[in-house]
Amino acid sequence: MKRITALIFACLFSLSLQAKELSGPAPDFTLTNLDGEKVKLSDLKGQVVMINFWASWCGPCRQEMPLLNDIYAGYKKAGFVLLGVNLDESADDAKAFLKKTPVNFPVLLDSQGKVADLYKNQAMPSSYFVDRKGNLVHLHQGYKPGEEAEYKRVIKKLLAQ
Amino acid sequence: MAAADMAKKLSAFIAVLAILFASGAHALVLPEDRADVMYHAYDGGGVTVDGPSVLVRKGYKEKVSAYANYYQDMVSSASIDVLTSGSKYSEERTEYSVGMDYLADRALISLGYTNSSESDYEAKTVSFGISQDFFGDMTTLALGYSRGDDEVLKNQDDGASLKMGDAQRQRYSLGLSQILTRSWIVSLSAETVVDDGFLRNPYRQIRYLPQPGEGDIAFAEEAYPETRNSDAFAIRTMYYLPYRASIRLEARTFSDSWGIKAENYELRYTHSVRSRMIFEIKARTYSQTQADFYQDLFPYENAFEFMGRDKELSTYSVNSFGLGLTYEFGYKLPFAKKHSASFYWDFMRFDYENFRNALLSRGGDGQPAEYRIGEEPTYAFEANVIRLFYTVNY
Amino acid sequence: MRLICVVLLALAGSGCSSLQPWVKPYERGQLADPIMAFDRDPVATKYLMHVYEAREAARGAEGGAGGGCGCG
Repeated sequence: MKRITALIFACLFSLSLQAKELSGPAPDFTLTNLDGEKVKLSDLKGQVVMINFWASWCGPCRQEMPLLNDIYAGYKKAGFVLLGVNLDESADDAKAFLKKTPVNFPVLLDSQGKVADLYKNQAMPSSYFVDRKGNLVHLHQGYKPGEEAEYKRVIKKLLAQ
Repeated sequence: MAAADMAKKLSAFIAVLAILFASGAHALVLPEDRADVMYHAYDGGGVTVDGPSVLVRKGYKEKVSAYANYYQDMVSSASIDVLTSGSKYSEERTEYSVGMDYLADRALISLGYTNSSESDYEAKTVSFGISQDFFGDMTTLALGYSRGDDEVLKNQDDGASLKMGDAQRQRYSLGLSQILTRSWIVSLSAETVVDDGFLRNPYRQIRYLPQPGEGDIAFAEEAYPETRNSDAFAIRTMYYLPYRASIRLEARTFSDSWGIKAENYELRYTHSVRSRMIFEIKARTYSQTQADFYQDLFPYENAFEFMGRDKELSTYSVNSFGLGLTYEFGYKLPFAKKHSASFYWDFMRFDYENFRNALLSRGGDGQPAEYRIGEEPTYAFEANVIRLFYTVNY
Repeated sequence: MRLICVVLLALAGSGCSSLQPWVKPYERGQLADPIMAFDRDPVATKYLMHVYEAREAARGAEGGAGGGCGCG
């Protein structure tokens, strides 16, 4: 009985949280955008980057798309880039969704999930925040209405650096 | 069921609940918001039952989701049981259900209440469920408990309703869903049902051979045990085919304390056509063996302590196939994500092995009966079930 | 009964263990498709289950729940 209680308490403290602080350099990658052009993460050093992993079949991902578009429009001029890394197995599904809900930020295609694996992605959607020096600072997993306030908070903090 | 056995099951239930609450897991999602308006109809064996079913579900702040369902059955029954010992009747049954799903930290808690009422039967049911994900949402464990309190009445010829008794029905369920691969999911479920009280239909009668000189056939009230415990186990699996379609397989086994053993298997194929239509075809087979106290014809009056002639307690099989079509409308509604119409048709064939058509051993208009009592052909009938509904997702 | 407890504890312990889900969250696209839901239209399923329970002696173990899309 004591062993069971100990095990239960040990597990209670190993929960995965929705918002995490990160550290270390952001793993570099090169992906193709919808127009066929290659985009490399390290080329964006000097700007604040938000890497958002999404897929057309994921409800919360679809929900936050218009809000991400607003955030991109609002902070673009201050040196902010939003990379929408799409994980649909077929790019056609992503394109069909974007036709109904267009966005202005770059959408990169990662149909094999290689970059998602590189970033040890554990939830859909996931947003990774990278500072001007190219270091990972913050991770937000999942999306519920209202959480875009946290995105703005982190972006503003990173833009001020 | 012995009190000790029940206590054991209850403590096991609580132990599982404790483990669920203690463990860390990712969050589940609430069921989607939607409204459905359905017309349902059953027509078979001289019985027609049709009516509406309206279901509305709305979530709030991604924390709570509530639903309400209004359901009605308009019954017109000239079934074989009714014709054997009575005459055709009409009935109306109304059922209200309300429920709520609550996303509490790491678990999804569900509560529900259903009230069903007709002139000779009142049923109130309360249900509780809890489910949780493990292994990064790959595994879902669900527990459920429900309790129903029924009141059984019998309509008299003078219009009054005579109280026959009460029945308590409790259900304990356990379900485990597991994602096996990105295309394959499997689900196991187990459910125990415990019924106590007045469990028979007060209108149905058994038939027996009377003493010589007292006529050819006699009828008497059924005599049922006051408890019924049953266990059911089912496995369901779905697989995503290389093109946009899926197959679903189901197998269930059932046994109860009345001696009934049953099993059913179902195969379903669902196909997405041009991203606007979903087509479904299915085949199902069900078979059961009789209850210990069932007999189509009893040898004499009060032959046994328990006697029943409910064809649903006999040895029989039900084979069915079904077709379904869902069409998503292109026209955009202002406050809705999407809306669609669906039509499902099921055809069922009931074949009884030891329930006989007692109407065929009756004479009429001075003509002798076609068959001798006890030698009538076994009964069989076909039924059509229709579901037609309109859905709005918002 | 004891076996069930052991299995459940193992599941509970998964919060601590390094056993990673072998189907990644971004690979759940097919499972999120409505045609992969055990119960696509609850109002329709509820009615058919009612028809079976009324016409057959068997009852119980009719539903199947779960199978997330790894979202949220």
